[in-house]
Amino acid sequence: MLETWPPGLLLVLGAILIGMLRGQARTAVVLLFPLLALWAIWQVPNGVVTTTGFVGYVIEPVEGSPVRRLFATIFALMAFTGGLYSFRQARWQELSAATLYAAAAIGLCFAGDLISLFVCWELMAIGSTLVIWCGDRPGSRAAGQRYAIMHLTGGAILMAGIAAHSVASGSVDVVPMLATNWASGMILAGLLVNVAAPPVSAWLADAYPEASATGAVFLSAYTTKAAVLALILLFPGEPLLLAVGTCMIFYGIAYALLENDARRILAYSIVNQVGFMVCAIGIGSQLAINGAAAHAFAHIIYKALLFMSAGVVVYRTGLHKCTDLGGLFRTMPLTCACGIVGALSISGFPLTSGFTTKTLISEAAMVEGLVALYFVLAAASAGVFLHAGIKFPWFVFFQKDSGLRPSDAPWNMAAAMILFSFLCVFIGVNPRPLYAMLPYPVDYDAYTPGNVLFYLQLLLFSGLAFFLMLPLAKRTLTITLDFDWIWRVALPRIAAWALGAFDAGAAATKRIRTSRGMVLNDWVQRHFGSDGTFSRSWEIGTTALWVAVLLSAYVLLHYL
Amino acid sequence: MADVQYERTTMKHEPDHWLVHPRTIRWLGVAFAVVLAMSLLAQAVVPIKSNAGFAAWPGFAAAYGMLSCIVMVVAAKALGALLKRKDDHYDA
Repeated sequence: MLETWPPGLLLVLGAILIGMLRGQARTAVVLLFPLLALWAIWQVPNGVVTTTGFVGYVIEPVEGSPVRRLFATIFALMAFTGGLYSFRQARWQELSAATLYAAAAIGLCFAGDLISLFVCWELMAIGSTLVIWCGDRPGSRAAGQRYAIMHLTGGAILMAGIAAHSVASGSVDVVPMLATNWASGMILAGLLVNVAAPPVSAWLADAYPEASATGAVFLSAYTTKAAVLALILLFPGEPLLLAVGTCMIFYGIAYALLENDARRILAYSIVNQVGFMVCAIGIGSQLAINGAAAHAFAHIIYKALLFMSAGVVVYRTGLHKCTDLGGLFRTMPLTCACGIVGALSISGFPLTSGFTTKTLISEAAMVEGLVALYFVLAAASAGVFLHAGIKFPWFVFFQKDSGLRPSDAPWNMAAAMILFSFLCVFIGVNPRPLYAMLPYPVDYDAYTPGNVLFYLQLLLFSGLAFFLMLPLAKRTLTITLDFDWIWRVALPRIAAWALGAFDAGAAATKRIRTSRGMVLNDWVQRHFGSDGTFSRSWEIGTTALWVAVLLSAYVLLHYL
Repeated sequence: MADVQYERTTMKHEPDHWLVHPRTIRWLGVAFAVVLAMSLLAQAVVPIKSNAGFAAWPGFAAAYGMLSCIVMVVAAKALGALLKRKDDHYDA
């Protein structure tokens, strides 16, 4: 019976049960429901499974395809490992919200029509906002509000696009399109909000580091990657995405290089990595789409691993700024080692998952003749090693001795990190099982000697550049203004100025009324005021008399 | 919920970790230099093939990686000079 259930709905049930149960029963739900969902995901066949109707449109809540199953698989795996990482430390509200968030993301994977997709989209916004609100930092509440406003606005833009598209085409089917008209342009804009494309990117680095040590792990996985899947399904080969992806890549690197908050460095590097996927979707060839999907799969694992590693540090020390941290490798060897595995993976070092998936994208660029893009991606790979691959572990676990001697990770957090570290290396050493799950057949070998040597040289000498320029990279107690300055400072200032101008105008009007305008004002008041000749109410007899006079005058005039 | 349970140790007599010993750091530096040199020399044996001819030049990837990093750091620094603020900027 279970295999006829939409896999996402199973996890919605899980989210409700987490709120109702406690103790070991709750733990069982947190850990078993994602596995149950994973099993259900693999029961979904290709093609539309369920169909229903809604205001005259055909709704397809469950439609299977290899790429949909691939994303749903990693989302379910993430829900399990995130649950393992957090079930002893997180509050039940956070566990429930995170499960709902995962449920919505998995639901989105199988959405065969734009209306189901939109419903899951909004559910994800709700789930993720709740996860942020479970954060324990002073700014969590406000950051959650900014996050929610951003995503509800993005959802409204998406809805406007879907509505216009469905009216124009008469269908809400999820089919590939290009942003050639207003409707598809709005849909693309709505998706780009969740992908965190500049200038609507600041929500990510603003909100994720404000979540709890465990909450940020869930946040790192779903929203942006679900949007990547939506782009794969709706806009493969959209040329605009090449420019958007390139902007994301370098925006992420620049801001991560300047950042002092350890988890905000990782947040900016999400934008950077998703930029690689967006570029690949812009290329649009089969190899590129394979690359985007494979890289999303690997990215969720190593990025969650990095957030787990940073999360243990935050959990044990309560600190999150690089200026406060350092030297933690002494007492946190496991957290440090797992952080390094994640850092090497995100950098695409040979033998890690990033190498076998990111090079698919580079290869796709080369095969399509986009040589410039190939070298932009190569420079960006070097930049990733710089800002995330070395910078994150260096400033958190090495650099100076901060004097902190926290204990290493609790057993459940350690288990989750070891599982994901293993997967990072496994996909790096043996990518075939992942390649077999990709939407198109893969005829690519990342481990040709020349390719390995190219990336080894690139990355090793980036490492040299990092250490040579270490004095330039000294951490300072600063933040870097991002696009969110526009709505956190500039717009309120403009609003305050406009209100001030309005007040000044009102005061000026009042002055005129009470001085030179007094004569005119009195005349207007006398004739049109509440008791003026033209506006006071008359008795019915007087009105009848006047009507009689007017009619008589009319009759007289008629005969004259 | 942060489980803060650490001590700041500034005691002078604590023997420091072998990894931060100056001799280890010197040794690591030498090892890194050897690895860098080997990655360059390996190109004599393993040719790098590419559709773009210049990618196969000796040491191209090394120089390209290092130069792009320098450019990115300097560019980020310039951006930082413009946009960096004290970290309580939004709290004030």
